Amino acid sequence: MTACEVPTKVERPVLRERGQHEVFCGLTGIVWLHRKIQDAFFLVVGSRTCAHLIQSAAGVMIFAEPRFATAILQDKDLAGLTDANEELDRVVNRLLARRPDIKLLFLVGSCPSEVIKLDLSRAALRLSKQHAGAVRVLNYSGSGIETTFTQGEDACLASMVPELPQAASTAPELLVVGSLPDVVEDQFQRLFERLSIPVRFFPPRRSTSLPSMGPGTRFLLAQPFLADTARRLEERGATRLAAPFPFGVEGTTAWFQAAARAFDVSDDRFAAAIEPAAARAKVALQGAKQRLAGKRIFFFPDSQLEVPLARFLSRELDMQLVEVGTPYLHQEHLSAELALLPPDVTVSEGQDVERQLDRCRAARPDLVVCGLGLANPLETQGLTTKWSIELVFTPVHGFDQAGDLADLFARPLVRRTRLEV
Amino acid sequence: MQLTVWTYEGPPHVGAMRVATAMRGVHYVLHAPQGDTYADLLFTMIERNPARPPVTYTTFQARDLGKDTAELFKKSAREAYERFKPELVLVGASCTAELIQDDPAGIGQTIGIPVPVVPVEFSAYQHKENHGASETFYRLARACTGNGAPRSGAPADPKTCNVLGPTALGFRHRDDVTEVCRLLAQLGVKVNVVAPLGASPGDLARLPDAAFNVVLYPELAETTARWLQKTYGQPMVSVVPIGVGATKDFVTRVATLAGVDPAPALSGMGSRLPWYSRSVDSTYLTGKRVFIFGDASHVVAAARVASEELGFTVVGLGTYSRELARDVRAAAQKYGVPALISDDHLEVEETIAALHPELVLGTQMERHIAKRLGLPCAVISAPVHVQDYPARYSPQMGFEGANVLFDTWVHPLMMGLEEHLLSMFREDFEFADGAGPSHLGAHAPKGAVTRGESSPHAGEVRAAAAPAALAPPGQVAPTLLGTAHVEASEGAGSEPAAITSPAQPSAPPKQEPPAGATVSTWTVEAEKELKKIPFFVRGKAKRNTERFAQERNIALITLETLYDAKAHFRS
Repeated sequence: MTACEVPTKVERPVLRERGQHEVFCGLTGIVWLHRKIQDAFFLVVGSRTCAHLIQSAAGVMIFAEPRFATAILQDKDLAGLTDANEELDRVVNRLLARRPDIKLLFLVGSCPSEVIKLDLSRAALRLSKQHAGAVRVLNYSGSGIETTFTQGEDACLASMVPELPQAASTAPELLVVGSLPDVVEDQFQRLFERLSIPVRFFPPRRSTSLPSMGPGTRFLLAQPFLADTARRLEERGATRLAAPFPFGVEGTTAWFQAAARAFDVSDDRFAAAIEPAAARAKVALQGAKQRLAGKRIFFFPDSQLEVPLARFLSRELDMQLVEVGTPYLHQEHLSAELALLPPDVTVSEGQDVERQLDRCRAARPDLVVCGLGLANPLETQGLTTKWSIELVFTPVHGFDQAGDLADLFARPLVRRTRLEV
Repeated sequence: MQLTVWTYEGPPHVGAMRVATAMRGVHYVLHAPQGDTYADLLFTMIERNPARPPVTYTTFQARDLGKDTAELFKKSAREAYERFKPELVLVGASCTAELIQDDPAGIGQTIGIPVPVVPVEFSAYQHKENHGASETFYRLARACTGNGAPRSGAPADPKTCNVLGPTALGFRHRDDVTEVCRLLAQLGVKVNVVAPLGASPGDLARLPDAAFNVVLYPELAETTARWLQKTYGQPMVSVVPIGVGATKDFVTRVATLAGVDPAPALSGMGSRLPWYSRSVDSTYLTGKRVFIFGDASHVVAAARVASEELGFTVVGLGTYSRELARDVRAAAQKYGVPALISDDHLEVEETIAALHPELVLGTQMERHIAKRLGLPCAVISAPVHVQDYPARYSPQMGFEGANVLFDTWVHPLMMGLEEHLLSMFREDFEFADGAGPSHLGAHAPKGAVTRGESSPHAGEVRAAAAPAALAPPGQVAPTLLGTAHVEASEGAGSEPAAITSPAQPSAPPKQEPPAGATVSTWTVEAEKELKKIPFFVRGKAKRNTERFAQERNIALITLETLYDAKAHFRS
């Protein structure tokens, strides 16, 4: 299919492609979001395919009754939408009766619910009224026709922004936006405390403790895929602090720096708070750096983390970037990142998987970052791969995870050198 | 709308993918939104296929819906043909594409691809994966034989058959085919075509050349076999050769159809199962209460093996395959138990919890249910998991398959025995109650296993690892041994945390409903005696005793009450 090089604002050619996209849809985000917001339930209104996708992406993890489910549309639901709404109410009531611990219910739209134009925002309003005081009901779309993988989290968080209470004061406060593993959140909290910056995290661990916001709110994105959430926060008067993303020593330092500047933290104080962690992280990178320096890496599009990760691998581990594919390139949020990429790398947006595979095989990179559908077939062809999904499910942000992040890339190469079968 | 937490079967187009991926020379062009490509990972990660499934997805997005998605389909189909040059193209739609009504089937006929284009259409809001696979195989068989064109040439050699049913992503299909073909070879029966697994469209064209058909997986191949029977007069062997008895029946049926002597296949060593089952160490298997759930044909076969070849008692069985519910109902009637026909895993869980079986034979879903309930379990059916693709040869069918069944079903019970022995010796310092099971916690931190102490840490190890237990009554436990007959596993009730990712905290354990208020109290001796009961039946014994006491208004439970209750529930 068509591929053309279009110069963009950052004067970096971006290869834009439209063909088969080998990516997850936004429903996949439920797998980590339901772990993050512990009193939330995610009800996908969709098809058997949706249920099958989430279960396949999650692995068969049936240890606990999970806080997500699918209301599978059936023939009779398609026949009349009135019935579909009645059915939805019935399913939700059954669910909430079964799970009285749930305080926040997301109705999650899917491809089929979008195509039949089932209005989940009205359903959410209706159900919110019915369960007023006990359960808040919100809706967002995780459909593949509208969202790619991590965009599901963006849609989810964006749906929560109108729910954030208005702050009583206009005093400046920092909001860190994007779901982070609790361990990382706690580390960040401690560092912000050392900088004396008042900070809240969004999404919260419990829906009953939503952070408040007001004109004094400054926010830092912890993830590069939160375009709609950021826009909605800005619409409510919050100010985004532009920064690279907190991956690696450089990215994390710059990220904290952006907050420190906005909150008038002195350089001395910043250095005293941040330098020990940064120094420790540099040490942790040394082992992986020996293995990764000079190695050529190729990214297939997956989570939108590709550009910041490529920047980290290139600048801190001396890897050579062949192609950095991303499903969607948010020029504004990524401007600091793009500026740090070497000039000769191909940045591609969107996908035509067959053409991209052709390019990848021709380039023979040392390491390919790709989805689970492509990894084993590429390994069979002699390429070494890293599953991209692990980068989303593993704590990789911040100083104390920089070494772990580097190791994720080094491990497949180490394994190659060990095996003699 | 059906509220679903986990599904036993995927959507029908995944069934079509299983057929396309199994075959050679077939490419499937699927009209589907972005995101449906997740299905590729089932094949590359669960089955560890070295190649991508031969599927091209149109991956349309919202912005395409306003334009011409039919044009996108045409373009994708043409490009897929040019790139992959298949011998045959399958065209179809996933659930979302079905709604936008672009008619891929119709388009497929008009786009000038110079090889056969076979449409497969499902009702995705009604049907499921196995139906999709079965229907796809049937459509392909029809298309490749010229829609049932009369066969020319010499009559088929009576000693030839087709082996129908194995697909990609099947439960042990790879090894079952090898085992069944070996049996057929022993009988002197030639295999004309194995399909869909490994077959090309050209091979399907040769299906009519066989004298009869062997149907390994009725869920996937019975429709095709019936059509072949009607069209080409090929009778079918529908005995599923799982277990020694069924394998013998299979051999006899094949020999009759082929006009050969069954003796060579029956007289050999066959399986070790019969002798192992008669060996006295297997006495403890007698009457083990087993619950069986899975696809219909594996469930029916497993029930026969459990009952006739291992001496278990089938206490319940069921299937998620509504298409073959009748077969499962018939089997249930034979064992005098109700059949559970359901694809709601919560309902399956409730049934298992209520039946208190000593062994669960099920799918990966039931494995997790059993883990939660602290019951031993062996997996006998799809849906599949990466564990269902062992590196070793591990068929379910034929005589070797029977050996595999013996090992995989009895092993979890043996692990239970080990657990039990450990708990018997718990007064010994090496085996203190706080120590973990030997296969997990043998080298637990010092201090965790010292006499009389059980550190919180060791307790956690135990709680997390306890489930796999089940004791052989009559064989080991002292004093209150008889109560081991009561089927329960309360002692292992603590729930392992869900580990979805190292990044996230584990799930809060599901709260057990509060136990009914107890009016009776226990004497010290009685309580001490209670602790001698193996942990996995202790809870049941306690509850039974308390119920016994309450019903008789006994306020203080003594040693006598305990043994009176035991005798009462034994009778």
